[in-house]
Amino acid sequence: MKVKSSNPAVAPSGKTSILGVNQSRKAIERTATIIFFVCGIVAILAVAAITIYLIASGAPALGKVGILDILFGTVWSPTADDPSFGIAYLILASIFGTALAICIGVPIGLLAAVFLAEIANSKLANIVRPCVELLAGIPSVVYGLLGAIILCPLMYDIEEAIFANDPSHQMTGGKNLISAILVLAIMILPTVINVSESSLRAVPQDYRSSSLALGASKIQTIFKVTIPAAKSGILTGVVLGIGRALGEAMAVVMVCGNVANVPFPFNSVRFLTTGIVSEMGYSSGLHRQVLFTIGLVLFVFIMIINVLVNVVLKKGVEKE
Amino acid sequence: MSTQTASVIHSNLSNDFSILTKKKRTSDMVLRVLIIFCAFIAVALIAGIIIYVVIRGLPVIIANPNFIIGQRSFLQGTYGILPNLINTLYIIVITLLIATPLGVGSAIFLNEYAKPGKLVKIIEFTTETLSGIPSILFGLFGMVFFGNVCGMGTSILCGCLTLTLMILPTITRTAQEALKTVPLSYRSGALGIGATKWYMIRTVILPSSIGGIATGVILAIGRIVGESAALIFTAGSGSNMVSHFFGHTMQSGATLTVEMYLRYTANNDTDNAFGIALVLIVLVLLINICAGLVRNRFAKKTSAEG
Repeated sequence: MKVKSSNPAVAPSGKTSILGVNQSRKAIERTATIIFFVCGIVAILAVAAITIYLIASGAPALGKVGILDILFGTVWSPTADDPSFGIAYLILASIFGTALAICIGVPIGLLAAVFLAEIANSKLANIVRPCVELLAGIPSVVYGLLGAIILCPLMYDIEEAIFANDPSHQMTGGKNLISAILVLAIMILPTVINVSESSLRAVPQDYRSSSLALGASKIQTIFKVTIPAAKSGILTGVVLGIGRALGEAMAVVMVCGNVANVPFPFNSVRFLTTGIVSEMGYSSGLHRQVLFTIGLVLFVFIMIINVLVNVVLKKGVEKE
Repeated sequence: MSTQTASVIHSNLSNDFSILTKKKRTSDMVLRVLIIFCAFIAVALIAGIIIYVVIRGLPVIIANPNFIIGQRSFLQGTYGILPNLINTLYIIVITLLIATPLGVGSAIFLNEYAKPGKLVKIIEFTTETLSGIPSILFGLFGMVFFGNVCGMGTSILCGCLTLTLMILPTITRTAQEALKTVPLSYRSGALGIGATKWYMIRTVILPSSIGGIATGVILAIGRIVGESAALIFTAGSGSNMVSHFFGHTMQSGATLTVEMYLRYTANNDTDNAFGIALVLIVLVLLINICAGLVRNRFAKKTSAEG
């Protein structure tokens, strides 16, 4: 960084330095530089390798089955005699599930962040914040288990009440889209809360003082001044939440029922992620290749989100 | 609004100095209650989760004295999670042994060696990208690359290498934050009295940022303990005891989370699943407490020095 050029020990002619920089020390310096350089580019290599291998293992099936048949086909029966690999419902379920989880999770998360950043005194914040951290640390399989044991029976009761006289509805035992959405909404809370809280805290105190001095109440200040000022940070939190919800596999697979259905609230559904988890174990041949294609589709979604966060939103922050 | 505010000011002028906040608007009250309610949801959720898991899990662990120190045996009909605990430990240790030097090295490169420019931007972008990739995709990649291409098959080592990529961003980012807090004067001082760059990093920079690096490592442990999607197809689902200390890394081994998932989905064994869930939650709780302690101590130390 800034100290780079001010290093007196590595004088242009190492031998003449009064500090005794000898050849072997110079070699050590060189090796250290190279090692750190290699460490630095591991991230680049990793992303490149992941991209290449996911494309290489996901693309062949696109050619064999046909891009349109896979992406827009609605029938998923990979093990039938005449197999069909349409993942349109998987994509739709992932999009709907994520969108609705965001609709539930973001308002709650944002208001909880407002509580932490604006309302709570340090004593209360010191109780709530560790809870949020713990919420982030709980393994996704535990969320899945709790969802399956607590939420799904509840959903089953509601389902039975609603569809009691509807023979066309296939009972799901509560493993449906709503259960998955609720579990996802809880799981994105910590992400939304943490990112929103730090962006709320980054709003200069002057903004609040000015607003209060103009006679706005504290709550008015929060909603009319602080939140709008922090909106790009909050948006980043929302997009990160979308990424988290879209990529969650183990919790969702335990509560969504895992049938490739139209994503209606009380239908068992299958997400992109759960499609991979539930069938990778026994799949083979073309079926397995299509599962990698699902991974590739998910990867494309995630990369769009990553670019959105890192290029578009960060630029917005820098401009402000 | 201005007239309303003026009247508020007017009516409160005679009171004490909080002239503006005396008269509460109804919408303010509603919103304030809503905000507090949302914070309460977060607290209630975690409290509810812990209480429920303890109620369901504790009886299982108490009823089976060998739950934590025993292993599964079909012949004797016993069940224990010791192999899974050991697998988890294996994966934590090996992953950290690989990922910590890489992550810290990457942070040192970004902070101390690299000139600001395209390369730094690309490295930072790819690091962010890595942290955004869902674990299931790491699992797919690890299965193909480390498992098939590198020929490790389904083994603990394959899982460790996959997780290394996954936790690399966590370690790099926290180490970078820690390096940034080391005052510039430390660097100039060390270089000024004739230390070489590597000597300066080794004796001055790293020791004074060790707290931040440790926090990152603890956070990484938390992620490894909770991870399942990236491991189920890379490290597999084996539950055998260690027969050979190093050979064990080439065997399939389920961590606690994977074993819990299999208990519920494949064996429909909810009780033992809750027992494992309790063990997991206790571990996560301990890890969070450790991270908090290290972070606080680190923050105090730097503020005292600063």
